[in-house]
Amino acid sequence: MSRAGSFLSRAGLTPGQLTMHAVLLACAFAMLFPFYWMVLTAFRPSPEVFSATFHWLPQTFAGIDNFREAFAKAPLLRFMTNGMVICAGILAVQLSTAIPCAYALAKYEFRGRNLLFALVLFALCVPVQVPALPLYMGLAFTGTLDSYFSLMLPFFLSVFAIFLFRQVFRSFPDDIIHAARLDGMGELEILWRVVVPSASPAIAAFAVFSITAHWNDLYWPLIVVTSPELAPPPLGMMYFSDSDLGSSFGALMAAATLLTAPLVVLFLCAQRHFVQGVTMTGVK
Amino acid sequence: MVRPKPAGQSMTATVSISSIEKNFGATKTLKGVSVDIAAGEFLTLVGPSGCGKSTLLRILAGLIPQDGGSIHIDGAPVDHLPPRARDVSMVFQSYALYPHMSVRENIATPLKVRRLSSAARWPVVGRMMPGQAVARAAIAEAVNQVAGQVEIEALLDRRPAQLSGGQRQRVALARAMVRQPRVFLMDEPLSNLDARLRVHMRGELSELHRRLGATFIYVTHDQVEAMTMSSRVALMMDGEIIQVATPSEIYANPVDVRVARFIGSPEINLLDARADQHGHVSIAGRTTAFRSDTVGPFTIGLRPEVLAIDDGSSEIVIDSRLQRIERLGHDVLLHMRHDAGSKKSMTLRVSAAELDALQANGRLNENVAVGARAGSALLFGADGKRLPGLHGAAPPELVAYGLGLRAVGA
Repeated sequence: MSRAGSFLSRAGLTPGQLTMHAVLLACAFAMLFPFYWMVLTAFRPSPEVFSATFHWLPQTFAGIDNFREAFAKAPLLRFMTNGMVICAGILAVQLSTAIPCAYALAKYEFRGRNLLFALVLFALCVPVQVPALPLYMGLAFTGTLDSYFSLMLPFFLSVFAIFLFRQVFRSFPDDIIHAARLDGMGELEILWRVVVPSASPAIAAFAVFSITAHWNDLYWPLIVVTSPELAPPPLGMMYFSDSDLGSSFGALMAAATLLTAPLVVLFLCAQRHFVQGVTMTGVK
Repeated sequence: MVRPKPAGQSMTATVSISSIEKNFGATKTLKGVSVDIAAGEFLTLVGPSGCGKSTLLRILAGLIPQDGGSIHIDGAPVDHLPPRARDVSMVFQSYALYPHMSVRENIATPLKVRRLSSAARWPVVGRMMPGQAVARAAIAEAVNQVAGQVEIEALLDRRPAQLSGGQRQRVALARAMVRQPRVFLMDEPLSNLDARLRVHMRGELSELHRRLGATFIYVTHDQVEAMTMSSRVALMMDGEIIQVATPSEIYANPVDVRVARFIGSPEINLLDARADQHGHVSIAGRTTAFRSDTVGPFTIGLRPEVLAIDDGSSEIVIDSRLQRIERLGHDVLLHMRHDAGSKKSMTLRVSAAELDALQANGRLNENVAVGARAGSALLFGADGKRLPGLHGAAPPELVAYGLGLRAVGA
């Protein structure tokens, strides 16, 4: 006991902290194990998947076959391109609308500002499923169903982004805005050249939220898209597993690994900004 | 568009502020403020926190609209003009530098905005726009020149976050100077600096004002800054300007008891006085030989340096008890208690030599009489307004220490 105690104190840990770390490790394992299983399965042959014993490493290496099969049977690059087009389009419109909105709500005095902000908070509570039917009718009426545009339209205006950026912009010093006005900058120039660069952590955080959500979205693409060549990654995966690869777990997981990889890379790149942005605003 | 001014044109202008009013909700922050500022003048707006001086400065700059009154710069009204068109520049207490730009870009911004087309100011692609090489070269030249004037050439490629407070202050000054405005507005630019640097920058600002010859309007709550740098001081309280005068005038001849209390450190000593129906004045309960125009209670103000330990020759005498001696080096402050005013405490400023003489003579007991010449007394009525001096008193002597020394008999 005393030896264990001295080991703990040497490591700088109290028993309470040790328990906490054990709980966190267990949670991390629960979160990460499915991903591990996905990657593992992508590298082993199908019989191993169904065998009764579990091995941490593939007994027979079948990675090359699995990835080759995945590429042969499904247009993975096409799905990824679709995902990128959709995510980039949504993010660009979201930023270019939410940033001016948020700036106006944060820094301008005008009649009805508080009411508008209350409406923003209210809209945060409305899930995308609520306006789905009218949006679908509208798209059908204008004949734009089954297009990139229909995939992006419902997400162009992000109230979450307005809320997040408003909180960030509120803490931007008024003196700097005043100095910029005296220096002769126009209001839009002040916003994009002075205020936005200092909000880059929050913008990076929001970009990660937005891209993750729309890369992984299945619900809306399932409603508006029927052509496989427009399918974003999750919908593509669905077509893919339905048709002829239903039982070929190795290839399926190889495809899933490839489609998840861009998000992991994105998160790793934006991680520092992301954590900063979220702790800074204290939301989500 | 504001045209770039040709070099050598004097950048100075008169500023006229007439009956400016500003309300925030039900609070009247400015109650009809008027003051005229001459070209090339260094005017300081001084007053306690919340008196409306920063609000007035922002109204001057056009950053917030006034609710009444008007501003003229060089005789022309500017009330309808946005900040950029007023040709004034401002230095903020927080420096307000653009955090993501280098020092060089910070200083160049006011010129870029004015001299480059909006297309040429786009990041990255803007540089490829044709026909801007001459303008860019001129801007770079102006930035280098201004950086030299405030001695920050070595810092041009750093970010504001990498600079100390004093260096940021210089960058803010350089950014204000670079476009040669007609009027400089400064909002407590020294209050975020440490005491040593503040004294140093005070000298530099005065020197800068002398060299540029521009009109400076300077806001501070620090009466020392107001007294040391300005050509005139405007003292504001509760949304009104109470007195505008040169530093020596506002010190020697305050028009209101609030001015007398705000200007001068240590604070002026205020004593209760009374005049009977014939005008005979009694101070601190002792009758004096002097007369006043008023009848009834009033206040008498005596600066710490006009007081001395009484040697029998003083015209005004106050009984008091010595509480504490504070040595400041050359000067010594004597803190006394007395019963002749609501504040009950009194401060004397004597030189160290006088104190030594007093202690050597054994005249510095616990109970001492403090005296002063009647001519140096400032009289204020019950409403705080200045009253004429005591009748039968000699005019005030300007050299206060001489008086003190004579009183000691040194």
